[in-house]
Amino acid sequence: MPAEVITQEAGVRQLSYAEAIREGLGQAMEADPRVFLFGEDVGVYGGAFGVSGDLLRRFGPERVIDTPISELGLAGAAVGAALTGMRPVLEIQFSDFVTLAMEQIVNQAAKIRFMFGGKASVPMVVRLPGGSGTGAAAQHSQSLEAWFAHVPGLKVLQPSTPHDAKGLLLAAIDDPNPVLIFEHKLLYKTKGPVPAEAYREPIGKAVVRRSGRDITIVGASIMTLRAAAAAEKLAGEGIDTEIIDLRSLRPIDFATIAQSVRKTGRLLIVYEGVKTMGIGAEIAAMIAESDVFGALVAPIARLGGADSPIPYNPALEKASVPQEDDILAAARRLMHKRKR
Amino acid sequence: MQIPAADSATAAAVREKPAPQRGELSALDDATLRAALRRMHLIRKFEEVAEQSYMRGLVHGTMHLSIGQEASAVGSTLHLRPDDYILSTHRGHGHCIAKGADPARMLAEFFGKETGYCRGRGGSMHIADLTTGNLGANGIVAGGLPIAVGVGMSIKAQKQSRVCMVFFGDGAANEGAFHESLNMAAIWKLPVVFLCENNKYGMSMDIANAMAVANVADRASAYGTRGITVDGNDLPAVAAAAKIAIDQARQGDGPTLLECKTYRLRGHSKSDRNLYRTKDEIEAWRQRDPIRRLQDELVAQQRIEARELAAIEQGAQHEIEEALEFAKSSADPDPAQLTRDVYAG
Repeated sequence: MPAEVITQEAGVRQLSYAEAIREGLGQAMEADPRVFLFGEDVGVYGGAFGVSGDLLRRFGPERVIDTPISELGLAGAAVGAALTGMRPVLEIQFSDFVTLAMEQIVNQAAKIRFMFGGKASVPMVVRLPGGSGTGAAAQHSQSLEAWFAHVPGLKVLQPSTPHDAKGLLLAAIDDPNPVLIFEHKLLYKTKGPVPAEAYREPIGKAVVRRSGRDITIVGASIMTLRAAAAAEKLAGEGIDTEIIDLRSLRPIDFATIAQSVRKTGRLLIVYEGVKTMGIGAEIAAMIAESDVFGALVAPIARLGGADSPIPYNPALEKASVPQEDDILAAARRLMHKRKR
Repeated sequence: MQIPAADSATAAAVREKPAPQRGELSALDDATLRAALRRMHLIRKFEEVAEQSYMRGLVHGTMHLSIGQEASAVGSTLHLRPDDYILSTHRGHGHCIAKGADPARMLAEFFGKETGYCRGRGGSMHIADLTTGNLGANGIVAGGLPIAVGVGMSIKAQKQSRVCMVFFGDGAANEGAFHESLNMAAIWKLPVVFLCENNKYGMSMDIANAMAVANVADRASAYGTRGITVDGNDLPAVAAAAKIAIDQARQGDGPTLLECKTYRLRGHSKSDRNLYRTKDEIEAWRQRDPIRRLQDELVAQQRIEARELAAIEQGAQHEIEEALEFAKSSADPDPAQLTRDVYAG
């Protein structure tokens, strides 16, 4: 069972991001016999990152299924099970390995409902631990969420807190569409308040993590934590930062972004995926195409992953994706810029 | 490979006293044989009408015809129950009809019409009919195999007595999905029948140049499961082999890799100029036409009168003509509804 920590000040139960996901999985399986978890080492091992933990002991090998190392086959198995009445949750051990499963996710899961004229649905969830910062180098550290956000028919989530990791997972399991959840490996041990009951967070709805007047920072997953840390320092310099946590890339909550930019007039988009052709480009273009463009007082700025594979050396690895200091510097620069 | 005499004098000579029937044929009663023959004719006529419609410019896109492979489609599904599942391929019109789809709605789909099985969104390569357990054709080679694994898991988890039969071609046997799927179905003893229609070519690539074993089914031993190779142009033989595979799947004995050796008499698709095979080869396979073979044997064995065979064919012809009229006269989809079914809910 998840270790419970009661915070002294508020009396709110704290769980880690991994524990919150596990609790959500357990509650979904308790509530619905159609839900099962499968993937590489999710059973006896408890998951490569310890997310599934004791679920095998609690639910048995028919509902927590250790599988061969066959990502393409597993993704297809999720499609087939979803098509015929089950609610599969597939763990792809490292999100990088989803490259082996692209066919089934992109050609099959995403398109079946449309290709069949709306007669079928594919209610499957794929959990994908992603992101850099663990020294695992180029094939175990990528942030590939933008690839899938480009595919109509899929939903793509990036929770940043334990609360959202559980609430979005439960919403994803309920959702009649294929949903990919990119969990960040560095977040698994982060703690936060998590209600004990089974609750849902709405898919496609961003949240304002910090309210501010001067600059809007849009991000998701661990980038919102780094932005929040930067925002504290910016506050000391008299810069009032608003932080929007996207939570969902597809569908994307443009209204919340637009509302914020209309207020602040400055937009910094921060994401771990490769900057070029990434989600920042889409958000910037959405603003540029909208009537909010007129509210901008400075050019839109993006911070994204370098045009490079993720390197092994720790200093290089840090340099390859936006860090707190990068966000700080970018925000300061943006405060001194003016749109012509 | 036994080829029954097509010669009518030979057939007449044996009419007085037919030779003993082989077990595969005697296992099928007359009503089943009539139904099978009707479906084979329906498939043939459907494919011919699809081809003609394309030639006349009535439809766009492409199509993959299964003329010559009707015994494989109909024989393999003959012992499936209505609630059993199939997954099909890009060359899947035959499988759809064999599982009980309405040719009119199939043709309407081919014509891109709102009345088609997929409301004109899928076309020839994506016809699905969930009401007959048909979970869809597939435009990706080996795309259906991993899905069949999940269907098998689902059947098992829900403690149903269903079976899932997944069709694929010889080309699919060299995709990684084939290996992953056979392996998972075997280790978990899933109720799946892997039905390989080996028509000798993956587009233009001769299977003899694409794999180093003689039969696709030889690979079954690598997964610790059963492999059966059968003459895919021999309907009773296909039905008998499929029955073994279906029964074992239903009993919880796991998957079978059943290979039907057959031949597509038409090209891969509309662009095919037959550069990779000879006219003699095509002609030799034409002599093994699965419909004619079955009809000749039924007459020789005095199971069904020649006159009745003609009536079955005419009935199929009539149904396809009506289907064509339905497809032609149906309405096109409304472009305003383009994105309607991208998401559920």
